[in-house]
Amino acid sequence: MLTIREIKKAATLEEAWQLNQKRPNRVVGGMLWMRLSKGNVATLIDLSALGLDKIEENDTEFSIGAMVTLRQLELHAGIAAYTNGAMKEALRHIVGVQFRNLATVGGSVFGRFGFSDVLTILLALDAKVELYKGGVIPMSEFANMPYDRDILVRVIIPKQEMACSYASVRIAKTDFPVLTCAAAKTSTGVQIAVGARPAKAALVRDEQGFLSDGITEEGVKAFAAHAAEILPTESNPRGSAAYRTHLIKVLAERTILALGGKA
Amino acid sequence: MKIVNQPLRKKDAMQLVTGQPVYTDDLAPKDCLIVKVLRSPHANAIIESINTAIAAKVPDVEAIFTYEDVDQNAKRCTYAGQTYPEPSPYDRLLLDRHVRFVGDIVAIVAGKTEKAVDKALSLIKVKYNVLEAVLDFHKALDNPVLVHPEDTWESLSPVGADNKRNLCASETISDGDVDGVLADCDIIIDRKYRVKAVQQDMMEPFCTYCTIDTYGRLHIVSSTQIVFHCRRIVANALHIPKTMVRVTKPRIGGGFGAKQSCVSEMYPAFVTWKLKKPSKMVFSRYECHIAASPRHEMEVRVRLGATKEGKIRAIDLYTLSNTGAYGEHGPTTVGLSGHKSIPLYRTEAFRFGFDVVYTNLQAAGAYRGYGAPQGIFAVESAVNELAAKLNMDPITLREMNITREGDIMPAYYGAPNTSCALDKCLAQVREMSGWDEKFPLRKMPNGKVRTMGVAIAMQGSSIPYCDVGGATIKVNDDGSYTLLIGAADMGTGCDTILAQMAAEVLECDFEQIQVFGADTDASPYDSGSYASSTTYITGNAVNECAKRIRAKICALGAKKLECPVEEVVFDGKEVRSTVSDKAISLVDIAVASQCFNNIALQETVEMDSLLSPPPFMAGVAEIETDLATGETEVVNYYASVDCGTPINPHLAKVQTEGGILQGIGMTLMENVTYSPDGRIYENSFMQYKVPSRQDIGHIHVDFACSYEESGPYGAKSIGELVINTPGPAIADAVYQATGHRFFTLPITPEKIALGVEDEL
Amino acid sequence: MEVTLTLNGKRITRSVDADMALLDFVRNEGCYSVKRGCDTSNCGLCTVFLDDKPVLSCSVLVARADGHKVTTMEGLQKEAAEFGAFIADQGAEQCGFCNPGMIMNALALFRENPEPSEEEIKEYLAGNLCRCSGYEGQLRGIQNFIAWKKAQQGEV
Repeated sequence: MLTIREIKKAATLEEAWQLNQKRPNRVVGGMLWMRLSKGNVATLIDLSALGLDKIEENDTEFSIGAMVTLRQLELHAGIAAYTNGAMKEALRHIVGVQFRNLATVGGSVFGRFGFSDVLTILLALDAKVELYKGGVIPMSEFANMPYDRDILVRVIIPKQEMACSYASVRIAKTDFPVLTCAAAKTSTGVQIAVGARPAKAALVRDEQGFLSDGITEEGVKAFAAHAAEILPTESNPRGSAAYRTHLIKVLAERTILALGGKA
Repeated sequence: MKIVNQPLRKKDAMQLVTGQPVYTDDLAPKDCLIVKVLRSPHANAIIESINTAIAAKVPDVEAIFTYEDVDQNAKRCTYAGQTYPEPSPYDRLLLDRHVRFVGDIVAIVAGKTEKAVDKALSLIKVKYNVLEAVLDFHKALDNPVLVHPEDTWESLSPVGADNKRNLCASETISDGDVDGVLADCDIIIDRKYRVKAVQQDMMEPFCTYCTIDTYGRLHIVSSTQIVFHCRRIVANALHIPKTMVRVTKPRIGGGFGAKQSCVSEMYPAFVTWKLKKPSKMVFSRYECHIAASPRHEMEVRVRLGATKEGKIRAIDLYTLSNTGAYGEHGPTTVGLSGHKSIPLYRTEAFRFGFDVVYTNLQAAGAYRGYGAPQGIFAVESAVNELAAKLNMDPITLREMNITREGDIMPAYYGAPNTSCALDKCLAQVREMSGWDEKFPLRKMPNGKVRTMGVAIAMQGSSIPYCDVGGATIKVNDDGSYTLLIGAADMGTGCDTILAQMAAEVLECDFEQIQVFGADTDASPYDSGSYASSTTYITGNAVNECAKRIRAKICALGAKKLECPVEEVVFDGKEVRSTVSDKAISLVDIAVASQCFNNIALQETVEMDSLLSPPPFMAGVAEIETDLATGETEVVNYYASVDCGTPINPHLAKVQTEGGILQGIGMTLMENVTYSPDGRIYENSFMQYKVPSRQDIGHIHVDFACSYEESGPYGAKSIGELVINTPGPAIADAVYQATGHRFFTLPITPEKIALGVEDEL
Repeated sequence: MEVTLTLNGKRITRSVDADMALLDFVRNEGCYSVKRGCDTSNCGLCTVFLDDKPVLSCSVLVARADGHKVTTMEGLQKEAAEFGAFIADQGAEQCGFCNPGMIMNALALFRENPEPSEEEIKEYLAGNLCRCSGYEGQLRGIQNFIAWKKAQQGEV
């Protein structure tokens, strides 16, 4: 059971940050995951008065406030066009519309959950996070940072020449994924992010150059096999390690092939 | 028929769709004490000591009860809603020092607020003597660890139970020389099949509130399918006289058999009885998954013998059933695994044996289909494998072997097959599904494969020689009728279909019948709504009752018209003389019944049955499988149902659609797995996935109706039957897609992709 | 703490605990159509509108609804009855327990997208679980309602 003594809408990021330095205080996003946790919260820090509920687009990036809901992200026309629908594909399986109207980008990303579709696609998109104290850092770095008491302010998706695609396997359509995979092709090459292994999403870049001559069936097979080899998987009630490793191959091939000729 | 067989709206429909407060927790008094329970973290343990002193000091906590408040040598009882003497063993104490599964009751806390109760729960200190547990049901029989070692354990019925062997029931029956016939068969399919302890997961959790009434009695208002059994069970559990208990059921948010056991009732009942204050208990979904009344996990071994031409000659079936820590419905569910599967086929010989064992896992209960889904998954899968081995069309193979109207069914207690359109069901699903064009496999443009599988099923209609259906009808002074029943509408629409039957007999508008149910003080006795009994047995009671009330109306009408009763007729509106033009309206008769009158315009009928006529159906699953990921989806499910006359075709159709989707859930996604110490992993809607509307393509339902002479208007049951076919039909479609046969449900994407089976 | 919000068009001020869920709050205010069906934000039974968006009231702290508009089925009786009749005509309400949540979310869908395709209906309502109906009857009811609405608008 979770008990909360008081809830405070921070007036400034500094106030939020100050409050968050005290151990029994916590920042709340959509409340969906936090409500499942146990313990006593002294002050629940609400960021909803800070104007972080907007997606801003300019020539170089999408800037997504921490309090933007997954539903906003899913419906954003600019992001939909930029990702060729991959963002919607990553989000539409998450429980239901009413859930996604509450769940926030900040909460999803800060949690760095293993099952996270959101983290998977953002990694592939070379997204960055802006932390109040920590500044702007790549998602790939943030994903592996220890949990600290900084405040996640926004997520930034840089605009670049890019194609991307997304796929996941689920036992039931609105269940947690058994495996997630996002692929992207940019000027620096092809990369995939694989999540729900069940550990959190990790990025694999085509450092070996399997696809340096373009997306060929052979190259894709080799890259997918390489990813399956280097990415550790584990078993849980949704699937065994062996099945997940098998799925890495299948989904990596499919998502990369789906990029073919687009960028 | 003017009203029967019409797709009328349910009587309560508009109240429900506009969200009116009609369910237990909506009706509970605001000042109810909140009741919650402390549950055991161990699968098998004796409570050495329990300290509630600190917890009791939490403000707003009113009482904490532990095993010390219950005589540990008192007579035990069962929480199974069954006719007395219950086949289920008397193995429960309301609070027991010996806890027998993870989730078993340790203490009851009652307080003014949920927060206070939660706080108190966290402050109760329990010292357990943790014992070795029996978690593998294969190893339960004659295991040195006994789930119920106590001498106060009792079995009231001759079901072959023996607590000193972990045995809840055991029996073997046969007809003909099974071993001889099997030895003579050209081909034998010999397999083991397993269905897990899946959850009903009705949307309304278990929920009860209790008050003390004007007479000092305990009034239980609960989401239950069995008001009368509940009254007895609570009296037994609390060791108080039955007179002191009244049970009422408001609207129920789904039951599916879960609420055929008393899962939540006794805890608030105990609190209210002790404190003489209103109290309520609402189960969390977590509790609904770890301490409820799920399906009995069963492993069914089938040996099915046939000729090389495809004549099925013998079925030998043995079921090992896991009742968990307590025996609710243990001795009876298992029977259906054989009695509702073997009789589908005309065989020369059969044998059906079973053992039901105790384990230190969540106790099972009644779930739609009872034991039939487990047995039918086994037998129908074996028949599908036989068809593949013989290279025969599985529908044709069935047409050669199925039971027909007029048959005697030795494996169905030797009962006659009084009404059966199973052959028409098969023909209908063949046609509906495009079977001849589509079976077995088509490669789709999206790279997936589409395959089909078929299965047939039967169920019963009531428990013959046992259950009782009751109806009371009274005429009101406006010429309307009140129909009082003890059966429980749990969303199934029985209030509506029973009113349709009454209106048909009484030749009145459907709106003229008001329905009241169910309350132990006011309703006529009824066993309750389970065992597919309500349409059939309570329906017969309503029908007969309506006929008798017609006679009463005629009698009083004739008296008022001052003519012999033989000389009047009633057309629903007035009683008319057949020899003169004298007539008196129903309203006038009804008004007259309330003044200087000794002919009661009220009748009560109780009905039993010597038969349990089986409804039948055939189902075809059309699935689309991604062979690489193993994801599979039921794109179409075709069902043809013989439920006799559908009293309300819309409700019968929706029952069928709902049952099929539950069957699909059980087949493809609903899983139950345990930690090494016996905890269930799938303990929430986050982990236990019931199908969403995206998990089903379309379900196509049609009816091929026989006419059951013994049923009301030719009707048989429908509610349970419809969950039985998806398991084997989908499993065979998966085989058609992958070449792998799966014997354990659920068949998950991993199993399909890797071609691996769970360990049996 | 004190919160002021507009519940079904009525402005109310109440003293509440910081950790009280909106679900419990609205039930305390007599809005019994809002049901609790799970503990993990998965079932959709508790769907209400928060500033006209469908949300799971089990997962919203009432403190965060402070200053906002909350709508339950009690505040949408006419719409609920109009659409619900189409569910009732299929017999698809069955036990009824999931209906208020499903109907609230369907009404939200119709406001966003008056003529949704079958796929759009299924996706939008995927978070509304029902264990009785198999969803088919609900789908028929929804499609009949949409067709009826369209025909009605055609007549105007």
